[in-house]
Amino acid sequence: MTIRIRYSRVARVALTYAVLILGAAIVILPIYLAVVNSLLPKEDAISYPPKLFAPDPQFGNFKKAMDVVPLGRYMFNSFIQSSVITLGQLATSVLAAYAFAFMRFPLRNFLFMLFLSTLMVPWEASIIPNFQTVQMMGDPPAGLAVAIAVLVGLSVGAGVAALLAGVFRGGRTARWRIRALAVAVLVGALVGILAGVGTLRAALDGKILSLDSYQALTIPFLATAFGTFLMRQHFMTIPLELRDAAAIDGYGHLRFLWRVVLPLSKPALGTLAVFAFLQSWNQYLWPLLVTNSDTYRTVQIGLAGLASQEIGSINVVMAGTIIALLPMLVVIVLFQRQLVRGLMQGALKG
Amino acid sequence: MKSGDAPTAALPAPIPLGRRYPWLEGLSRFGGGMLFLWPSILLFGGFVFYPLFKSVYLGFFVSDPFGRGQEFVGFDQYREVLTSPDFRKSLLVTFLFALYTVPTGMVLGLVLALLANQRLRGALFFRTVFSSTIAASVAVAAVMWLMLLNPSAGFVNWILGQFDLPRVNWLTDPQWRTIWDSGPALMAVSLTTIWLNIGFTTLVLLAALQNIPQELYESARVDGASPWSLLRHITLPMLSPSLLFVVVVSTIIAFQSFGQIHILTRGGPLDATNVIVYSIYTDAFINFEYGAAAVRAVALFLLMLTITLIQLRFLERRVFYR
Repeated sequence: MTIRIRYSRVARVALTYAVLILGAAIVILPIYLAVVNSLLPKEDAISYPPKLFAPDPQFGNFKKAMDVVPLGRYMFNSFIQSSVITLGQLATSVLAAYAFAFMRFPLRNFLFMLFLSTLMVPWEASIIPNFQTVQMMGDPPAGLAVAIAVLVGLSVGAGVAALLAGVFRGGRTARWRIRALAVAVLVGALVGILAGVGTLRAALDGKILSLDSYQALTIPFLATAFGTFLMRQHFMTIPLELRDAAAIDGYGHLRFLWRVVLPLSKPALGTLAVFAFLQSWNQYLWPLLVTNSDTYRTVQIGLAGLASQEIGSINVVMAGTIIALLPMLVVIVLFQRQLVRGLMQGALKG
Repeated sequence: MKSGDAPTAALPAPIPLGRRYPWLEGLSRFGGGMLFLWPSILLFGGFVFYPLFKSVYLGFFVSDPFGRGQEFVGFDQYREVLTSPDFRKSLLVTFLFALYTVPTGMVLGLVLALLANQRLRGALFFRTVFSSTIAASVAVAAVMWLMLLNPSAGFVNWILGQFDLPRVNWLTDPQWRTIWDSGPALMAVSLTTIWLNIGFTTLVLLAALQNIPQELYESARVDGASPWSLLRHITLPMLSPSLLFVVVVSTIIAFQSFGQIHILTRGGPLDATNVIVYSIYTDAFINFEYGAAAVRAVALFLLMLTITLIQLRFLERRVFYR
């Protein structure tokens, strides 16, 4: 009896391992074969039956892939694009999430729903007008340039004024506070006008946004409802009493955000950063549309180009593929914990 | 907070503006909130809401071959494009693509996650391997499968050969028919997509599996439950929110797929893989028919909205929340 039980247990474990190994082999097979092919000489890479090992690794294939297309430049572009989008998304969603979690103001819930509703709009459905926008911004009509300059000027001015007003809040008498407020508004107006004029000149020169530029690759993606939602859910776990205590100590919103909230939110920030980076690194359709020179082309588009250009040398194409895969593999291995946590939050949301 | 900061007791209370001018209090609060929301609102306005309405608007105009010189035709273009055979075909292809990829991907991901979730030596290794495809971008995956699906030297046809099955021209055969008139190209693209997404699905389900309290299993085992009934009555109900999440997200991913089709088949052969997103791309950026493409884009938006809402409404009832 005992022997039979032990026997069936061993058999079960063996079977489990067999299935696990089979599953792993199937999942990893495409990557493995890509590595093998990237190391084969040209005539072996397109032979039948396909080679399953590379006994004599040809590392020259990697150099060849870098020579055929400027893969290094493409990777650099992708890196710039992904980093700017990641930092931008962190900044915009932290600010927005803070307002939704810690401030009370009219229309707050309506605006929050409006933010969430952007999740329902697939990017592909708005890609034509967005392409036209970028195209037009290369040589914008004067009215549009002025409108953008006014918007930027007002936002920057109001931001600076509010910041200064917050800094001067410690004043003791009413008269001092009114004077400080006047100074803040004045400085804000001045900075706002400067920013507006600068924006206007840049816009008229097509420097704000135009086809084939880093701006076109990044600006449309700098705000994210997913990130705002993620950060807000995290901020909601920070007790409001902390905000009250900080307010008594004379902390304004910005200082509270910077000194208290952000240090408490490092895990959530990490999750959002990994997601933003992965997502922008993997973009395909938009970079395909807005870049047309090697100077700004991203690695995904470059890889597709390499594949159609070198269709006869699978080994070189595979070498390029491995080069394009490696950075993400490193990111995944280093940041797997953040990734899992983010997925969990996503799963709970669903 | 440091003790050396501003003396707190001496601060006068802020002037209670709100008591005399409630609207002013509300306005200043609104202004304060907007300072934080403004960057996001500007970007959403410019790149999400405006283009959505612009797409609807563009659909009312027929574009000349240069994408300019628009002629207003009202709803005629909507009627014409949405009833055309090629739109019906792309709709069918899109649904088939979702049908091929979503259930298969979910079942495979579930199996892999259940396997890797067992308490075994080396489980961590298998978890990492199973979720590794998340590192592959759509271009990397598509180029790899371009190699595997190569008709003469590819690994897939070699395996078929080992079982004495005929070779298949996966990406180019317009003749061979599977269900509903779709050729092997759609299956090839689906295979690539399933592989590409399997890491994500497995990772989500693994994370969810690890959140199930072990006591549930222990008490059920004491009651003599079989492994099968443990799976059916504990694991699957506890996983259901995550399974719903996987279904919704992978359906959205399927409806938005573009890169693998652009690299593997360019919508061909004979439109066999011409999903809606790909037809938007060809209409707008190859044929420069912005109007017709905008109609398809609006259709895609409404379609995805409807499907997501239906999934959430119908599947929600079967989902067990703690």
